[in-house]
Amino acid sequence: MTALDSKHRRYLSALFVVRNKRHDKLFSGLVVGAAVYTLLMVGLVAFSVAKGSVDIFSYEGVQFFYQSDWNAVEGRESFGAYPYIIGTLLSSAIAMAIGVPISLAIAMFISEIAPPRIGTPLSFITELLAAVPSIIYGLWALFVFRFWVRDLIEMPLYNAFGGYIPFFAKTPFGLDIFTAGIVLAIMIIPIISSICREVMRVVPDSQREAAYSLGATRWETVRMAVFPYVKSGLVGASMLGLGRAVGETILVTMVIGNVIGPSAIPTTLFSQGQTLSSLVANEFNEASSELHLSALIALGAILLALTMGINIAARFLVKKKIKASSGAKSQ
Amino acid sequence: MTVDSNSNSNSKPKQNYRDILQETVNKKYRKRLLLNRLVTIFTIVCVIAAVVPLVSILLEVVKNGASAISIEFLTQPPGSMGSGTGGIAPAIQGTIIVVGIASLIAAPIGVLAGIYLSEFAKKGEFVEIVRFFNDVLTGLPSIVIGIVGYTAIVLSIGSFSVLAGSVSLSIIMIPIVVRVTEETLKVVPYSLREAGHSLGISKTKVTLFVILPSAKNGILTGIVIAISRIAGETAPLIMTILGTSLFFTGITGPVDALPLRIWRLASQPYESAHAFGWGSALILILMILALSMGLRFLAQRRSLKAVK
Repeated sequence: MTALDSKHRRYLSALFVVRNKRHDKLFSGLVVGAAVYTLLMVGLVAFSVAKGSVDIFSYEGVQFFYQSDWNAVEGRESFGAYPYIIGTLLSSAIAMAIGVPISLAIAMFISEIAPPRIGTPLSFITELLAAVPSIIYGLWALFVFRFWVRDLIEMPLYNAFGGYIPFFAKTPFGLDIFTAGIVLAIMIIPIISSICREVMRVVPDSQREAAYSLGATRWETVRMAVFPYVKSGLVGASMLGLGRAVGETILVTMVIGNVIGPSAIPTTLFSQGQTLSSLVANEFNEASSELHLSALIALGAILLALTMGINIAARFLVKKKIKASSGAKSQ
Repeated sequence: MTVDSNSNSNSKPKQNYRDILQETVNKKYRKRLLLNRLVTIFTIVCVIAAVVPLVSILLEVVKNGASAISIEFLTQPPGSMGSGTGGIAPAIQGTIIVVGIASLIAAPIGVLAGIYLSEFAKKGEFVEIVRFFNDVLTGLPSIVIGIVGYTAIVLSIGSFSVLAGSVSLSIIMIPIVVRVTEETLKVVPYSLREAGHSLGISKTKVTLFVILPSAKNGILTGIVIAISRIAGETAPLIMTILGTSLFFTGITGPVDALPLRIWRLASQPYESAHAFGWGSALILILMILALSMGLRFLAQRRSLKAVK
């Protein structure tokens, strides 16, 4: 009786193990396959962008980077990315100059100053802002916000400094690099401030208590005990925002003015401009030749290299900080 | 020292020194307090500055959008340009189809890859590479993904198509889902896995029937966030689905989408087109809102059931 039982049991369990092993093999193959798929997607991106831009680089060579002509007329083709690289960098720089201090201030208010009953709904609101699609920012910027910018910021600046500082010497129109920079800032503020908030949360309270017990005011505590502790995390958060600003397309296309060729090199803050991404969005469907298309894809390649560099550096900084702090906590 | 020697000889100067010291300290302290207050005010001003655009955006979209919406607007294809007739029905249909297919591609792959990273991966170079490439994918500008969709799919099947749009959007969605799945699964307590394994249940079953259900809400939230992110994407759609004023014809044919329609309407010179643009924006926001509300409702009902 007992012998039969144990025999049966052994047989059954052996069957069970074999079946389980087969399941495990199948399933782990499936999950590895999914992981490999993500690698393939990165490969596909790199391959298609590289393949698409071969034509223009063999036609223009290195000139493509510092030339400012943009002529798609057959027989006289000449393409250069220089004005758009400048446009991208300038509009993003304006966005960062405005967006980063404001984001830091918001993160500081939510995590250090406001009581939870104000802080919690506020962080909910900032997250809501981050979920608004950029096309809706664009629509609002085009029909509402640009008039605010022109009348409330640009005109006063122009009237005050336009006469003797060339940087402001152009009658503002509202659709220009400056407006694009401000709207980009509005778009990246929720992103930067919510990451900064997360990063500032990992600062142990003992840090703050130490500063307070030395008699520091709240601002001194933040400046001496909180910011230095998470500096690299804050820099990383800002750079993630920068990555978004550099890569943003549709919003910029709607407000930057969209000029091409040498006149797209901004001479004043209020010049109309063009970025790498906005030119691709504007001309891609109307590309007149293979070469024109290839030039546009090459703009995408430059953009890809730019954002990848920024993002990799940023993630490295944020991760280092969060890892270091979670390591300290678990110890 | 000098204070002491002075105080020994005469009590008046001592008083003076103390006063002076006290006063300088007070002055410095007052300055620090003032700076503290100024910074606090600055942070509050910044918060207000960030909330104003949100309020303005929502107000404008609701105000301008509500007047554009009618039965015709929701059910008819666009009329002739500038006429202010017709609607945006093809765009609504197209958004649902393109985003739906993209989600069907991205959600399973993303969740499986997330499971791999959290449960099946052994420490090593391959995992690090997968994680790193996933980060790279997250940061890709959407316009570049549009270029990929065009060169890889539109050129090979010879037509702007739903397929190209969906695959492009899925490339944006996958890394978000992977990240959320991995993060959520990591929070599931290890004792649950140990309990499963100690009963002799295979890893597959533990993962599918123990770990995954307890992380379900987190993963679902992540998927919904990812869907609302791709529903608002415009740039990749320009080069993949092109946009038409006709209804869906097939998976290899062009189609319209709400963000794309908003963009085209905004660049037309007609008032009526702009009104339609605001209306489409309102519909888009409502669709995204309904999605996340629906999820929250589902999650809440589930957790109530669990309590009962």
